Amino acid sequence: MLTVTHYTVLSAILFSIGALAVLIRRNPLIMFMGIELMLNAVNLAFVAFARYLNNMDGQVFVFIVLTVAAAEVAVGLALVVAIFRARENVDVDEIDALKG
Amino acid sequence: MSQMLWLIPALPLVGAIINGAIGKRLPRAMSAWLAVLMVTASFGVSVLAVLNLVALPEDARVIHETLYQWVGVGSFSANVAFWLDPLSAVMILVVTGVGALIHIYSVGYMAHEEDYARFFAAMNLFAFAMLTLVLADNYLLMYLGWEGVGVCSYLLIGFWFNRDSVAVGTDEKFLSPRSSATKAFVVNRIGDFGFMLGVILMFWTFGSLAFEDVFQGAETMFQVGAPVITIMTLLLFMGATGKSAQVPLYIWLPDAMAGPTPVSALIHAATMVTAGVYMVARSHVLYELAPTTLAVVAVIGTLTAFIAATIALVQNDLKRVLAFSTVSQLGYMFFALGVSAFSAGIFHLMTHAFFKALLFLAAGAVMHAMNEMIDMRRLGGLRKYMPITFATFLVGALALSGFPLFSGFFSKDEILAKGFAHGEVGLWAVSVVTALMTAFYTFRAVILTFGGKPRWKEGEIVTAQDEDEHSGHGARGLHPHEAPPVMWVPLAVLAVLAAFGGFIGLPHVLGTNYFDQFLEPVFQQPHVEISETLEWTLIAISTAAALVGMFIAFRFYRGSSTAPARLTSYYPWLYNLWVNKYWVDQFYDFAVARPGRWLANAFWVDVDGRIINGIADGLGRTFKNVGQSLRSLHAGYMRGYALAMLIGIVVVIAIVVMRP
Repeated sequence: MLTVTHYTVLSAILFSIGALAVLIRRNPLIMFMGIELMLNAVNLAFVAFARYLNNMDGQVFVFIVLTVAAAEVAVGLALVVAIFRARENVDVDEIDALKG
Repeated sequence: MSQMLWLIPALPLVGAIINGAIGKRLPRAMSAWLAVLMVTASFGVSVLAVLNLVALPEDARVIHETLYQWVGVGSFSANVAFWLDPLSAVMILVVTGVGALIHIYSVGYMAHEEDYARFFAAMNLFAFAMLTLVLADNYLLMYLGWEGVGVCSYLLIGFWFNRDSVAVGTDEKFLSPRSSATKAFVVNRIGDFGFMLGVILMFWTFGSLAFEDVFQGAETMFQVGAPVITIMTLLLFMGATGKSAQVPLYIWLPDAMAGPTPVSALIHAATMVTAGVYMVARSHVLYELAPTTLAVVAVIGTLTAFIAATIALVQNDLKRVLAFSTVSQLGYMFFALGVSAFSAGIFHLMTHAFFKALLFLAAGAVMHAMNEMIDMRRLGGLRKYMPITFATFLVGALALSGFPLFSGFFSKDEILAKGFAHGEVGLWAVSVVTALMTAFYTFRAVILTFGGKPRWKEGEIVTAQDEDEHSGHGARGLHPHEAPPVMWVPLAVLAVLAAFGGFIGLPHVLGTNYFDQFLEPVFQQPHVEISETLEWTLIAISTAAALVGMFIAFRFYRGSSTAPARLTSYYPWLYNLWVNKYWVDQFYDFAVARPGRWLANAFWVDVDGRIINGIADGLGRTFKNVGQSLRSLHAGYMRGYALAMLIGIVVVIAIVVMRP
């Protein structure tokens, strides 16, 4: 029997993998994947708790998160393309124009 | 026809605006004659207005004209409105009449001046402000004119602001025009502050500043000697001591001589300095409710007359003799006001405007002829070179001395008689001694300037400046000559007024005092009866004082008398006291100006420079330093930011979750 705990633990593991991907990879595309993974980990938790608490609010939130994620990826990929055009290189460690 | 009072101040204002805006581009003659035209037109309108006024029955002689509401706040309201009664009628005729003559004279006097448009703009602006002052129907509008004449006085004293000294061919040290203008302005501000407080107190007490309301309110609400009225009148009188150069604020007037001579004649002799006299006479209802203030006015007036006359005895600069004489004569006017002889004070104001403007303009003609040099020790013998100027100056001097039948004789005699009749015998005696000194210093000036042998040489170079600057036309040596007609005609007109102007105010024993009758509806004073014997005696005494003063002057300065030098060596302390003007300037410098400058300096360097600026700079430096030390956190390393964000979020969530 799968309890809400299993879903929560899975969600936490997925979130951590996503966070690690964002933190240690230098390729912005991989970092986006990490961000997507984190968002979907949260979605999983939402859905699990919605089912557990018999409250549909969580499922509604998932749709909002999906929409935001799509918009965020569109903007993010546009930025990546723009940066690539300008610098022929998208290594995030080299994008440091705002260095203090 | 009744709605034309506003034209009287408006015409000079138009002249001032035109000359101020485009005067520099106008031909010189147009700019100058425009100014003359405006003041003369204003004089014409004034005459018409006064004729209208006289046509009214005697007890209803007021023309009241409201232009528009100027200030309306809550229950307070002040209008731009003009009030013509016999008192302001005298004032507007003097201001525009004498003003027009002085403007005409200025056309000749300023003929070689570069900046003539600025001069005439300021002169017209002055006429506007002065006419506003005397025609106002309330104290607020009067205050506007009061400050306006102060500003114009400042502008015109400092007319030659780029010169360090205007004294020529003398070893005496005078303030520069800049400093003189500042001094006049600052000293006047002290007085004006009192005036302003007085006006505020008046509004507090009566809820209105209109003459009608204030005077009616004062008569119905207060008894004679009410403390509020006493304080109010003392504050107003403080304004008068500044504007009219009375003790203790008279010190600015002698230095105001740094301005062009027509300015000295118009502003610092005939009109502006009499604003205080006019204001006190205008407020006579209040002053008569405050006997204490009247006593103060009388004492201050007499004291000023005496002190200024003693200083005038030993001045070497012709214009400064006249300046101290003006202070002294203003003192007479205040003495008259102080003994409730308001019409006598205004009468002397009028005759003084005639003869003192005349004396100043004649002195200006001398300056014109002598390459600006007016140190009397280097003049002399000018009567042969400039006979018209000499004749007119002599008329002015006789009037100022109180020589019988000249205008000053009647007005001064009336003041002395009224003072005596009022019971102020002590002050009367001081005034008689002052009259003697007046005759002495006036004729000292006449003899030193026009009499005797020249103490200068034909073709002599007075200053190095004349040699250098005019090298193009050859050196400008001394070649005294009579003034051009544009200058001597106004002198002649003023001489006629100074000689015969007194006949409208004859003493009781000689005829009718039309002047007193004309002002009767304003002042409504009970007639003080004095016996004919007493009146003749008083006339004899003041005549004797004038003649004795003149006689001593002739004995001292005709020929080569050593009397002045001997007297100086007998009483060196007295001579030093007078020649140093009682060290009042030095005292003020020590007691007021120096602490003031020290305080200002302390505020500037320490408070503003160190503390305020230190706080502002310190704040800026703090943030700069903090930013500097924090900038290393921003490495521009994106994954660093991501990690920081993650840690931050984890910490925040941990705190929220762990919270009990």
